[in-house]
Amino acid sequence: MSVPIMEVRDLAKFFPLASQGIFSRVKGDNKAVNGISFSIRPGETLGLVGESGCGKSTVGRTILKLYEPTSGSIIFEGEDISNYSNSQMKALRTKMQMIFQDPYSSLNPRHTVGSIIAASYEIQKIVPEGGVKKAVQELMERVGLNPEHYNRYPHEFSGGQRQRIGIARALALKPKFIVCDEAVSALDVSIQAQVINLLADLRDDFGLSYLFIAHDLSVVQHISDRVAVMYLGKIMELADVDSIYNSPHHPYTKALLSAVPLPDPLLEEKREQIVLSGDLPNPADPPAGCVFNTRCWKAKEVCFATQPELLQVGSSQVACHFPE
Amino acid sequence: MLSYISRRLAVSFIILLTVSFAVYVIFAFLPYDPAALTCGKTCNDPGIIEANRHRLGYDLPFFTQYFLFLKGLLFGRSFGEGAAMITCPAPSLGYSFQEHACVTNVISEALPVTVSLALGALVMWLALGVGLGILAARFRGRIVDQLSTIFVLIGTSLPTFLTGLMLLVFVVIKWHIMPFPAGNYTPFLENPFEWAQILLLPWITLAFAYAALYTRFVRSAVIDTSNEDYIRTARAKGLSEGVILGKHTLRAALAPIATMAGLDFAGLLGGAILTESVFNLPGIGRLAINSVVNIDLPIIVATTLLAALFVVIMNLLVDILYAFIDPRVRVV
Amino acid sequence: MTLLKIESLSVEFPTPDGLVKAVDQVSFEVNAGETLAIVGESGSGKTVTNLALMGLIPKRTANILGSAKFESTDGVVNLINSNQKELRKLRGREIAMIFQDPMSSLHPFYTIGDQIIEAHQIHNEVDIKVSRARTIELLEMVGIQGAESRMAAFPHQFSGGMRQRVMIAMALVNNPSLLIADEPTTALDVTVQAQIMKLLRDLQKELKMAMILITHDMGVVAGTANRVNVMYAGRIVESAKVRDLYANPLMPYTQGLLASVPRMDRTKIGRLSAIPGQPPSLISLPSGCSFNPRCNRKTEVESGKCESQMPELRLRADEHLVRCFAGEGA
Repeated sequence: MSVPIMEVRDLAKFFPLASQGIFSRVKGDNKAVNGISFSIRPGETLGLVGESGCGKSTVGRTILKLYEPTSGSIIFEGEDISNYSNSQMKALRTKMQMIFQDPYSSLNPRHTVGSIIAASYEIQKIVPEGGVKKAVQELMERVGLNPEHYNRYPHEFSGGQRQRIGIARALALKPKFIVCDEAVSALDVSIQAQVINLLADLRDDFGLSYLFIAHDLSVVQHISDRVAVMYLGKIMELADVDSIYNSPHHPYTKALLSAVPLPDPLLEEKREQIVLSGDLPNPADPPAGCVFNTRCWKAKEVCFATQPELLQVGSSQVACHFPE
Repeated sequence: MLSYISRRLAVSFIILLTVSFAVYVIFAFLPYDPAALTCGKTCNDPGIIEANRHRLGYDLPFFTQYFLFLKGLLFGRSFGEGAAMITCPAPSLGYSFQEHACVTNVISEALPVTVSLALGALVMWLALGVGLGILAARFRGRIVDQLSTIFVLIGTSLPTFLTGLMLLVFVVIKWHIMPFPAGNYTPFLENPFEWAQILLLPWITLAFAYAALYTRFVRSAVIDTSNEDYIRTARAKGLSEGVILGKHTLRAALAPIATMAGLDFAGLLGGAILTESVFNLPGIGRLAINSVVNIDLPIIVATTLLAALFVVIMNLLVDILYAFIDPRVRVV
Repeated sequence: MTLLKIESLSVEFPTPDGLVKAVDQVSFEVNAGETLAIVGESGSGKTVTNLALMGLIPKRTANILGSAKFESTDGVVNLINSNQKELRKLRGREIAMIFQDPMSSLHPFYTIGDQIIEAHQIHNEVDIKVSRARTIELLEMVGIQGAESRMAAFPHQFSGGMRQRVMIAMALVNNPSLLIADEPTTALDVTVQAQIMKLLRDLQKELKMAMILITHDMGVVAGTANRVNVMYAGRIVESAKVRDLYANPLMPYTQGLLASVPRMDRTKIGRLSAIPGQPPSLISLPSGCSFNPRCNRKTEVESGKCESQMPELRLRADEHLVRCFAGEGA
């Protein structure tokens, strides 16, 4: 087994909650990510799913050190980067990139597409072989954009094309690891499939590793090798994609999967849905014991008392006192 | 909410203290000798100057002077000794030799003028600005809207002194629509009619400029709000356009206007310098400008501090008011 | 019974760049008590169609043509040429609407109780106490616990799912015969989506109302709708009973749409079969069939036909209408 490209141990990221006013006192923390561990092997795609507020986006930003981790370690290619300074990170940024959800707000509207993509070279003071323009146009062609549109502005492109610009920008420095944060969520169905295919092709061609963060479980299943399910800052279950989807062990995973509407009326009619009651608890004040206990139908006394560890169950890792 | 208000009061107090200190620093380090100024510009008698310096405490160290100033605010202050002693009761802002009066008295004479001026103008510009703004938004692109645009253009580009002068020249002098103001200022309680008559043109002058700004602001606020999803919801409920505008759109659109009006009002209370000068109104603004011209330092300090006080107080009031309008900012 | 019959509805927006035909000659019917889904991507005209029905498109900004006959309790009303006063009587009483974003669809300054009571008061000349009682009843019906005390809460004190429940309660307060749900769960998490869709299905059965469900999500449609209209570039391109549509989609666009979503219920495949190209701009639609530049079945039709003629929406099987030359036969 090869060395993981990205390994995360007991990672936590808390955001302090401040009360209003000048004499504010910190009123506790929003425990967005609360002690999670996982690793991603070279060429592998780890899907990270969960509902809004579960901390999945914070994970993506923290492992790229866009946020300072509160505790825990982030190990990239065997190097512990958790305490790296910004200047130390700058050199690493060529190897790790991010693709964002909103392809419009993440592109500067006053810059041409060419200069947006070329900015990566300028920041890192790298001159690609054959010059910047040639490199940028090759990238544009690779992600399915017309290289002649080099001098156009983001607003002249459709949503799907803008997402391709974002992908080209992320690819410019030939990274090894990309965090895709809801990269296809804002796109129309027919365009979404194109971009998913592109991401899969690029992964295979360049040997990329992805952390694929999304709320759409069907998309995550399609693109991932392994999947981690997050709830309230914790990983509930982590396993191969087939294990997660075919034999989920955690009640939350089961409920999540059963909630996904299937595009088949016959299946939908027969299907038994587990409808979770209630809402996500406040991440600043998570329930004691298992964080899922307020919505779990299997919760017993022990679930309110002790936090379950992420333990091996069959081929999966599950954080539950009563795994299925 | 109560703890929020008390916290804000504490902050306001600190701000005022800082402002007073800053003003006092400027006062102390200006290249003028405050004592020399006490006997007029042409006065050159070192005896009188030194006597006044001692009398007003200008010979004391800087921090002692500042402390005495603060103490005077709380407990009143006496200048000099014996028969020549002048006592300014609390809150004492010092003594102006040029006016031969305690600064507090000078201020309290000027303040009602400015308050009358600001209050009347506020009512006028709110009525006109908000009303016209709503109409312009409601009938966007139609004749009312176009007229309002012209009004906004003129109102924002005409300086107040020009508006004021033109009003005086045409309305009073040329066309005799109104009689010449009977005097500088008549208190409301003395003769409300005269009070209003004297202040009418200054009100219009001030209100004209502000109303134009408010028209523009209200128009865009109403238009923005009417594009909100919850206005579409109100329409989907089957509410009439009148109810939607009156109950749903305006409540949200006018909330920021309250903040704006409060702060503008506070600014005017600090003195409407141009308008007061044009109409020769003995208000804070004219007092401030005269004190600068004559380098009457105690008055400069006092008017500056007063302006800061109004801004701080109105800020607090506006924030509390806003919390009542918008439940989202209510502090639990 | 036909509750709503729409014939040749068109909505055109004049813009400086040209006429935008957001909805072009759309005809369909909604029967009492059924759920009709309108599926399409952004710009397909699905939302504009329904805003036009509700009279929520300002007449100054658009040309609205055609007719939409609604069977109201006071007789048939044509929603397209009625004046605002007549429409107001229907809106919120017989036709109600819920929207995509429950965060912004409720007024932030009023309590949710006041907002629902208001919706009841406009259409019923009853004492406020009656409206209050009705509001509590509705809030309980949509599953809000402690309805009586929650009435005094403001929208920002609710989660997204709870706000959508409030919106549903508000929409149903006058027992409408038609509910238009415009992407009701798009902004919500999948478990909350499941709650809301189940609630809508249950309430619909209980109250026997018809529903127009507007969505882009083929999964949400499958579990909820009786019939489906697929829209593309302002036109209906396929219309069928839900089972027929999923089992036997006939229009290449529908086929592409169904094939391009990753399927959790099937074995994993290597690549998704994406529809190539971009949806067309409504200002410069391609000549002929709007879908022809992206279509993979043009070869089945004599050359040049798809590029020059717009196919009609034709009955191909039982209640199954398709707008496509391919497979049409001679």
